[in-house]
Parts: sequence; structure tokens; C-alpha cells
Amino acid sequence: MIQFLKLRKNFKAGAVIAGILLFMALLSLFWTPYDPEKMDAAHKLAGLSLAHPMGCDNFGRDILSRVMTGLRTTVVIAVGTVLIGAFFGSIVGSLTGYFGGSFDEIVMRINDVLLAFPAVLLALVMVSLLGGGKYNVILALGIAFVPSFARMVRGEFLRCKDLDYVKNARLQGAGHMRVIFVHILPNVMPVILSSVLIGFNNAVLAEAGMSYLGIGVQPPDASLGRMLSEAQGYLYGAPWYALFPGLILVLLILGVSLMGNE
Amino acid sequence: MKKKRLALLLSVVLTTVAVALGGCAGDKQESTSQITIGIPQDIEDSLDPMKATAAGTKEILFNIYEGLVKPDSDGNLIPAVASEYKISEEGRVYTFTLREDIKFHDGSSVTADDVVYSLERYADGQSGDALASAFSNIDDISAPTDKTVVIVLKEANTDFLSYLTAAVIPKSNADPDTVAIGTGPYRYVSRSPQENIILESFDDYWDKDNAPQIKKITLKIIANADTIVTELNGGSIDMFCRLSSTQVSQLSSDYNVYTGTMNLVQALYLNNAIEPFNDVRVRQALCYAIDPQGILDMAFDGQGSIIGSAVYPTFGKYYMPELADAYPTNIEKAKELLAEAGYPDGFTFSITVPSNYQPHVDTAQVIAEQLKEVGITANINLVEWATWLSDVYSGRQYETTVIGVDASMLSAGALLDRYRSDASGNFMNFNSPAYDAAIDAAESSVDDDAKTAAYKQCEQIISDEAASVYIQDMVNLVALNNKYEGYVFYPLYVQDFAKLRLK
Repeated sequence: MIQFLKLRKNFKAGAVIAGILLFMALLSLFWTPYDPEKMDAAHKLAGLSLAHPMGCDNFGRDILSRVMTGLRTTVVIAVGTVLIGAFFGSIVGSLTGYFGGSFDEIVMRINDVLLAFPAVLLALVMVSLLGGGKYNVILALGIAFVPSFARMVRGEFLRCKDLDYVKNARLQGAGHMRVIFVHILPNVMPVILSSVLIGFNNAVLAEAGMSYLGIGVQPPDASLGRMLSEAQGYLYGAPWYALFPGLILVLLILGVSLMGNE
Repeated sequence: MKKKRLALLLSVVLTTVAVALGGCAGDKQESTSQITIGIPQDIEDSLDPMKATAAGTKEILFNIYEGLVKPDSDGNLIPAVASEYKISEEGRVYTFTLREDIKFHDGSSVTADDVVYSLERYADGQSGDALASAFSNIDDISAPTDKTVVIVLKEANTDFLSYLTAAVIPKSNADPDTVAIGTGPYRYVSRSPQENIILESFDDYWDKDNAPQIKKITLKIIANADTIVTELNGGSIDMFCRLSSTQVSQLSSDYNVYTGTMNLVQALYLNNAIEPFNDVRVRQALCYAIDPQGILDMAFDGQGSIIGSAVYPTFGKYYMPELADAYPTNIEKAKELLAEAGYPDGFTFSITVPSNYQPHVDTAQVIAEQLKEVGITANINLVEWATWLSDVYSGRQYETTVIGVDASMLSAGALLDRYRSDASGNFMNFNSPAYDAAIDAAESSVDDDAKTAAYKQCEQIISDEAASVYIQDMVNLVALNNKYEGYVFYPLYVQDFAKLRLK
């Protein structure tokens, strides 16, 4: 019972943190304190003030505004990545897990080859083929995330396909597709959902990493990783430039992790 | 659970310590004479002085190769491989006497044969190359003795001597692409791609008065401009050229900063062959919309010299300061021109920028912001240096790019020849018959005044046609660890490592 309450507390804390950040990201769609791309020579690397609570960057752009839009970019990329990964991963995983046989063998060995590469490396290769930019990053990371989802869903299908309710459905004359998508998949959903949260965190980190390397989001667009990368050169003179994007990134991951642990 | 956390904490601490120790290992001992110099790019093109195109490659090769003559830091030509030269009165016959004691890095003596071989190679180079077109004026090269070279020109050319800074290489070198053998103060030792290039002082260097002081030079490639300051302050590099003023402001007190000019034509280069940049009105509109002073103020702390055409101020008599004001910033005028050209609501284009050059990335960002005022959307596309070279420079598959173009010698032809419609370096696809005629006139004219006038006409055409949006010759801030001294600036895009010494 005590254990349960404690976990609930973690979940609540995580939900509050992630909720606030998501609200900031959503808010940036309609309102930011300043135009996040508006340069201002008078405020180059200006420190923290009431007018600019997070200071300004090397072009005098308001860091709070950029953090808000950057957070939005990062969240959009992470959500897009996870959706693509989970959608295609579930399809591949359910078909291979359900049917098995040589089809399963072939597809899963290809899957293993893809899994052998770190997801970010795979995404790097794809971005270098497709070119940079927000949408290509989503596509590249999404494809890179398919194998892990596929393997996880396949495992669940292997477990479920011999259960009584599945046999029952088959005996009642349900087709394979109906069994897969109407009977088994909803029962696998909780597992998929929890790995979606973990995947979300990985995607946030992957996007930040790629933008940090300069191949993700292109300037002047902001993303948390991109901002960290740009701030690197000003670590000594303007530490707030790196501090706030980094802090927000940590909080976002912390919040979602706390929820995912539930 | 607790144990697991402790283990995690421990591993984090250990990693941090390991990283910190790794940083210490980078510190150099004071006693050995060596220096680590950060450079923004690897040698991607070639070690062959004839094929090297990137300014960053040529500035390194400057220390490895020498021509019959070479530029000094004041821009004068001084004898190098040749100990002396005579130019006949009518300016057609050049007689060079080679140095007695001069040797290549492989130990062999420099003979007249090597010189003839080298010069003939350049003359055979691709058409449109500044060097090749100058050398096409050669009627005959001969080597009457082992140490004498005679060059006879078809027509006298006052500029010709400056082209003889082209490197002399040994005839015996079968593979100059990957084996660099020259006569310069430093010899090439090794290269680890994307990591470093190592040079060592050449003990048999002919010029004992200017012999290299530092034994070993490690050129460390720092492709990520954001880490330069960290690397300098952390002590893993001792020198870096072409820093921005914000970077300099963050350096520790261990560094002396030298200020000079970069000797580059920095511009937003437009691909004149594609829409909408094939319309001169669009190009002019961009010139009116972009405010170079604004770029200087925003990204360069107001430092740098604004230019209006393809020649930078160090070129003295060839430089036309009046062109800097040819397109005063005028948003209304820019909008009018865009409307005339059929783009009343502006358009969208991409600026391809090499991500290892922070000044160009910053410039592109300011340009994108400025262009919003006339309704033009500029998307920035950061690429690696190798991609830039292959896609933009060689492949010409781009819309616009921000880059600095250098001159390999102190002749206006070195900067202007690339605008010839068939030049190999004409990556902006500039095409103007009037220009081709003007540059022909300039390169073939004998009289110095006529030549200067013709080159100026070329600059005027480039400005009138708005071949690209010219911005500035950037200020060059060089950080050098105060253990060393002796950095000298040249009027060209080169770095002279031989002058560096320990304090």
C-alpha cells in the first residue's frame, strides 16, 4: 500500500512537470514574450532581467521565447517519431508474432540487423540521405524507432496467440486480421503505451543529439538541442544561454520518465 | 535499489574524472617545441598544389610548397626557389637562376627540369583557371643549364611574375595528390582524416635566416565551430585563426589576440543559373534588401570592411571603394524590383552554409532575418564542409551560399577570373558576354594602367549585374597562446607557420 502511494506520487509529480512544459510548448503556438527570431543588436548576450527572464542569445533574441518554441519543436519531433515508430512497429510486430514461420524469421532477422545499429546512428545515415530539417528528422528517427517497437509487440503476440480467448475467437470463425487487430492488439495496448513513454524520452534525446551535431533542426529555427549547440561557444560569457535549454530538456525527460515508471 | 543508485552515481563520477584527466593529458610540456593549431576543415580536395581549391587547404600548403618567387608579408614578391631573376627590357623574357643549395623534402636537389615540369603542368591545367590562362601566354620554357630556367612570353605581361608563386614540385613525384613534396619550411608527415594533419620542420630549408622555429606542428581539425573556445581555454589547441569577436571575448588570459584582415570576399553567392536568381532585378533587390552594416553590427561587433564587388581592399590599386555604396539599403526599392520581376510577395529560397564556419553561419542567420522585411523567406541549410565542396562548389547544386572567396596571388585576376562564364571556379554560374570581353582585355593587356582600368571595368560589371550580394572582408582575429609569439598577417589567405616561435 505504501509502495503504491509512493508510485502514485511519482506519477503525479511527473504529470505536473510534463503538463507545465507541454502547456508552455502549446502556448508558444499563440504567444511568446518576443518574436523568437527577432534579432536585437542592443541586447546581444544580455543577462537575466525582468524583460528577458532567461536572458538573450548572441543575436539578442529572447531565450525564453526561443526555449518555448524550441520545446515545441522538440516535442513535435518526439511525438511524431514515436507515432511512426509505434504504428509501423506494431503492424510488423503483430504480423510476425501472430503468423510466425519463415515469414517471421526473415522479417525479424532484418529487424535484428536494424536493431544492431544504435537508433541515432541509423537516423544519422537517413538524415544524410534525406537532408536535414524538422520533417526529415521525424521521418528518420521514426524509421529508426520501428525495430524496437516491432520486437516488443511481437513478444506480446507470441505470448497471447495461444491463450484461450484467441483460440475461442478462432473457433467462432474470426479471420486472422480480425483476431490480430480486434482481439489481441487491444490487450497488448498497455504494454505499447508504456513503451511509447520511454520511446518519447529516447526520441527527445535523439533529436537533441542530432540537432546538437548540427544535422537536425536548421537555424534560425529553435530546438532544445540546437540551442544547446549554439550556446556552447558562449559557455563562459553567457552561461544562461546553455543553462535554460538544458534545464528544460532535463525537466521534460524527468517528467515523462516519472510517468513512464508507473 | 539504493545500491543501484550508488553504482550509477559512482559511474557518473568516474566518467567525469576520466574526462577531466583526458583533458589534462592534452596539455603540452613547455620544453618540446611543438604547437597544436586548430583548423576548421580537413584537406578534402588534394595535396597537389595544382588541384587544391579550398582556401583552407591552400593556406596550409603555403608552408609546404614554394614557387620561383613567393609573397612576403607586405605583399612583395621575393625570390624563393630562384635566387635571382632577370626580366628583359621588353618584358617578354624571364631568366631565373635557381638556388644552389635548395632541396626538396625528399632530399633531392631542385633542378631546372623540375621547374619546367611544374610550370608545364599548370599550363596544361583545366581551361578557365586563372593560372592556366596566365600560363597560356607562355611561348617557351627551357632549361639551358641545370640551374637556369628561361621563360619566354608571347606578349609582355606586367602581372606575370605574381603567377610564378605557383608551387615547384619534383618531377619524380608520381602521386602529388597524396604525397606532398615541396621546398617549403615545413614538410608533410601524416594525416588522419577528420582528425589532424602533422607537419615537421624541414632541416635543410634554404633560408637559414627564416628557418622554422617550431619543430612539430599538429593541425587539429575542429569541424564544430561551437567548441573552439572550449578547446582553446582547455588547452587542447594553442592557436586558432579567424575567430569572432564574441569568441575572443571569452578567451582566458593565456591568449594574445592578433588583429588583421581575412583577405576574403565574403558574400551571399547566388546561383545565377536558376530561378529566380537568373533575373538581374531579383539579384539587385537582394542587394538593396541586405544591409552589410547591419550584419557587421549584429554578428561581428561592427568590425570588417564592407565591399561592393569581388575585390577586397588589400588589393590596393585594383580595389574600388566606391562600389561599397552601389546598393544602399532600401527596402522600398527592393520591393519595387521584386514586383517588377514578378515576385510582389517575395519568394522562398535556401542558403547553404558550411557548418564549420561560424562567421558564415551567423551571417546567414542575420541575412535571413533582414530578408523577412521584403517578404523573402530564406531557409538555412547547414552542411558539412565536404558536402559543401562537392555540392555547392564543384557540383553547383545550390540556390545561394554564404562563403568567403580568397585569392591565391596578389593579382586582381586571381579574384576576377572565376566570373568568366567558362571558368572552373565560377560556381555562381555568372554569365555575361560583356564581362568575358572585359576580363579578356584585362588579362591580355600589356600596359599596367590599361590593365588596371580593365580590371576595374570587370568589377563595375559585377556590381552592376549584382552577380552576388557582396558583404565584407572580415576582420581576422587570431588567438595565440602566450607561450608562443610571432604571428604575421599576409595580404593573402595564408598562414606562415615558420614565423611562429616559443617565447
